[in-house]
Amino acid sequence: MDMNEIKEIFFQECEEQLAELESGLLKLNDGDRDPETVNAVFRAVHSIKGGAGAFGLEELVAFAHVFETTLDCVRSNKLEPNQDVLKVMLKSADVLADLVTCSRDGGSVEESRTRGLVKELEALANGEALPVAEAPKAAKPVAAAPAKPTDDSGFQPIPFTFDGFGEEEKVVEQFTYEVTFKPTRELYSKGNEAALLLRDLSRFGEMGIACDMDQLPTLENMDPEASYFGWKISITTPKSEEEVRAVFEFAEWDCELEVKPAEASEGEELPMIPVPFDLSSLDDEPAPQPETAATEEASANVVKAVNAAVEKKESAAAAAAAAAAATQNNAAAAASSAGQTIRVDLDRVDRLINLVGELVINQAMLSQSVIENDNNGVSSINMGLEELQQLTREIQDSVMAIRAQPVKPVFQRMSRIVREVADMVGKQIRLVTEGENTEVDKTVIDKIAEPLTHMIRNAVDHGIESPEKREAAGKDPEGTIKLSAKHRSGRILIELQDDGGGINRERVKQKAIDNDLISPDANLSDEEIDNLIFAPGFSTADKISDISGRGVGMDVVKRSIQALGGRISISSRPGLGSTFTMSLPLTLAVLDGMVVTVAGQTLVVPLTAIVETLQPEASAIHSFGANQRLISIRNSFCPLVDVGRILNFRANQANPVDGVALLVESEGGGQRALMVDAIQGQRQVVIKSLEANYTHVPGIAAATILGDGRVALILDVDAVVGASRGQSLKPEMSLAAAG
Amino acid sequence: MSVSYAVKSLSQGARELIAFRIGDQEFCVNIMSVREIRGWTQATPMPHAPAYVRGVINLRGAVLPIIDMSARLGMKETEPTPRHVIIVAQVKSKVVGLLVEAVSDILTITDDNIQPVPEVSSDLEKQYARGILAIDKRMICLIELEALFPEKAHDKESEAA
Repeated sequence: MDMNEIKEIFFQECEEQLAELESGLLKLNDGDRDPETVNAVFRAVHSIKGGAGAFGLEELVAFAHVFETTLDCVRSNKLEPNQDVLKVMLKSADVLADLVTCSRDGGSVEESRTRGLVKELEALANGEALPVAEAPKAAKPVAAAPAKPTDDSGFQPIPFTFDGFGEEEKVVEQFTYEVTFKPTRELYSKGNEAALLLRDLSRFGEMGIACDMDQLPTLENMDPEASYFGWKISITTPKSEEEVRAVFEFAEWDCELEVKPAEASEGEELPMIPVPFDLSSLDDEPAPQPETAATEEASANVVKAVNAAVEKKESAAAAAAAAAAATQNNAAAAASSAGQTIRVDLDRVDRLINLVGELVINQAMLSQSVIENDNNGVSSINMGLEELQQLTREIQDSVMAIRAQPVKPVFQRMSRIVREVADMVGKQIRLVTEGENTEVDKTVIDKIAEPLTHMIRNAVDHGIESPEKREAAGKDPEGTIKLSAKHRSGRILIELQDDGGGINRERVKQKAIDNDLISPDANLSDEEIDNLIFAPGFSTADKISDISGRGVGMDVVKRSIQALGGRISISSRPGLGSTFTMSLPLTLAVLDGMVVTVAGQTLVVPLTAIVETLQPEASAIHSFGANQRLISIRNSFCPLVDVGRILNFRANQANPVDGVALLVESEGGGQRALMVDAIQGQRQVVIKSLEANYTHVPGIAAATILGDGRVALILDVDAVVGASRGQSLKPEMSLAAAG
Repeated sequence: MSVSYAVKSLSQGARELIAFRIGDQEFCVNIMSVREIRGWTQATPMPHAPAYVRGVINLRGAVLPIIDMSARLGMKETEPTPRHVIIVAQVKSKVVGLLVEAVSDILTITDDNIQPVPEVSSDLEKQYARGILAIDKRMICLIELEALFPEKAHDKESEAA
């Protein structure tokens, strides 16, 4: 595995961590104060920082470090995660995501953005309530430390002040910390070494160390790979607590670590048991041992010290036991959650899905031939086949479920877009998501992100009014956008609801008239006016903002939804807001189709395109011009399209009375009646590419394999309708002779 | 198959060809491009397809276009019977089925056995024929499949579509 592959994995993990981070922050934003949520958020940033450090991504490390520091304040209850704090944190999460993207794809994040946030984060960490408004830098010399995003080491020294010894630090630059460090066996099994950590720590200053051997069992009970030692360290150093902690950074999850400032008045007393402990025995590099002198000095008070230490140790032991139990629980939880998912290459899943598709077809073929040869249908073969059929169905369902993914990642991306766009246009907007665990095929997820982004931008930009307008209308100045997903009869329903002003029908109508979309005297129902926003080339924004209204509008959204085999509709109430409803297939690998016969050939028509089917009567068919025919449906005339003729399956138009008409709605919005010879039934079919081995065929969207093992073509309704309008279905000389 | 050809080691620039029959003529293609040989099954006709495209069949889940080699080489269209076979061949990135009357032989030859194509007036033959083999008094024409189905040409067309 080369470095790039490892890096790729790191970035994949980063994405997961970022998602975790964002969902955690959003939970906190909703008032969740579970320490585990805070921990999860902290862990996410910490892991990104750790990985980034390993790859030398300094910018990322520097920012993550500042972010982590602030999060640590929240974790240790020094900072109340209120709305203001979370706003900064959510922004930081966005920047962190950008930094990750930049590290992967190149490019850079605007330095001003990073620097501004770094300052805000540091201010929060230093306990300043209002990040920018106040400037108490002179009062607190440490807080005035220059906030450059990166220094030479890539890390930033983060100044810290603590209540209680804030005054003292100005006088004495040295702090004394008591560090309790007890590694677990995981620390050693991950290749870390306690002695090296202690040696690093000893470089910080005067250090006294005592080994806690209470846990050491008798020799016969000893597990050679377990960890029994703990250390109590007393260190006097100019460094901050954070820096002391940083020594243990990469072992943090695998040890019990407690770092606290020593009682200031007893600075010289080192409450510890003087157990002779020679670091150099663990280490070929002689470690500095300033602790001997210190302990000797303290020997006068040894009785007192021992007593104190014993007391302390008892409570520490109890605490340690509790902590050990907690870490074990956490570790178990982490282990079980790690066991729940595996990373699988999408290609492999696709191959599996293809194979299962073949299995289903093969099974159907087998059943058919058995039924043909076994008329009474009672043989054991027949019964076995039925079971096989059930099994294959189940296998197919489970395999499809592998590709199914919750819509959560897409919804999370939307919350960022809402934040950014709302900031840009100066609106206050809350995004509420619902049903984000609704699962849908990965291919669909990948493709709904773009139209959804567009709709969200629209909702923020046009849907929700400005805070002043909202207040004037007696509404909460903070607008709400609700994004929800649910399953409904084998499809996924995504709803985007805003509580804005609703569609301004007067303006929409005027705009449509201006743009020649409708005639000025057109009499349209409210619903028809609302749907005008989906018309091509329609944009109501008076001025073209860079948020929405770039000329591409809702028609693009509608088209991309339709390309997915979905439908979109809008309902709007003036003053109360609009709701967009999208209904999408759960997967793009299968399609609900109507199986029809045309000129002896079997074709599949996507069910989503069909509005209704009807049996034309001779009286309803009207000739129009030389060879056009119209069918009258409830007093409106609809062009009749002979599918067999369009696809060149027959030379002459069939008699419509002998066939069935499928009323379809196409991309352009127009209705057409497609003539087919007969309807065989409805079926879910597996979509197969024609392009893979052949080429694109005009009028044909794809192919599928039916139960009899033969290939059936799936009709491209839009192309067929287009062809009937005179756009030529150009016969392609694919696989044709060169020259 | 003549033994003297078969014993020649493949390392001496020898190659294996698969020979098939169309009407009274014999052709051969490089065996490396042949994936499998299967019996004729009814194909689903494609709209707007050239006459030599018989349609598509299901090859274990993949959609495989069937090319009538007789029509493709400018001869009359084949009336397929269950005795006809389909040579499944890889042509660049695509897999196609070649409808032929029968597979007749597997030949091991060296480049020395290949005679140049005589000057003929027809462009079609010049386009696909890469040489002529005389084996056991038979004449077998070596075909280059890539020349019959130039990928670039239909890539361009599908983009235009």
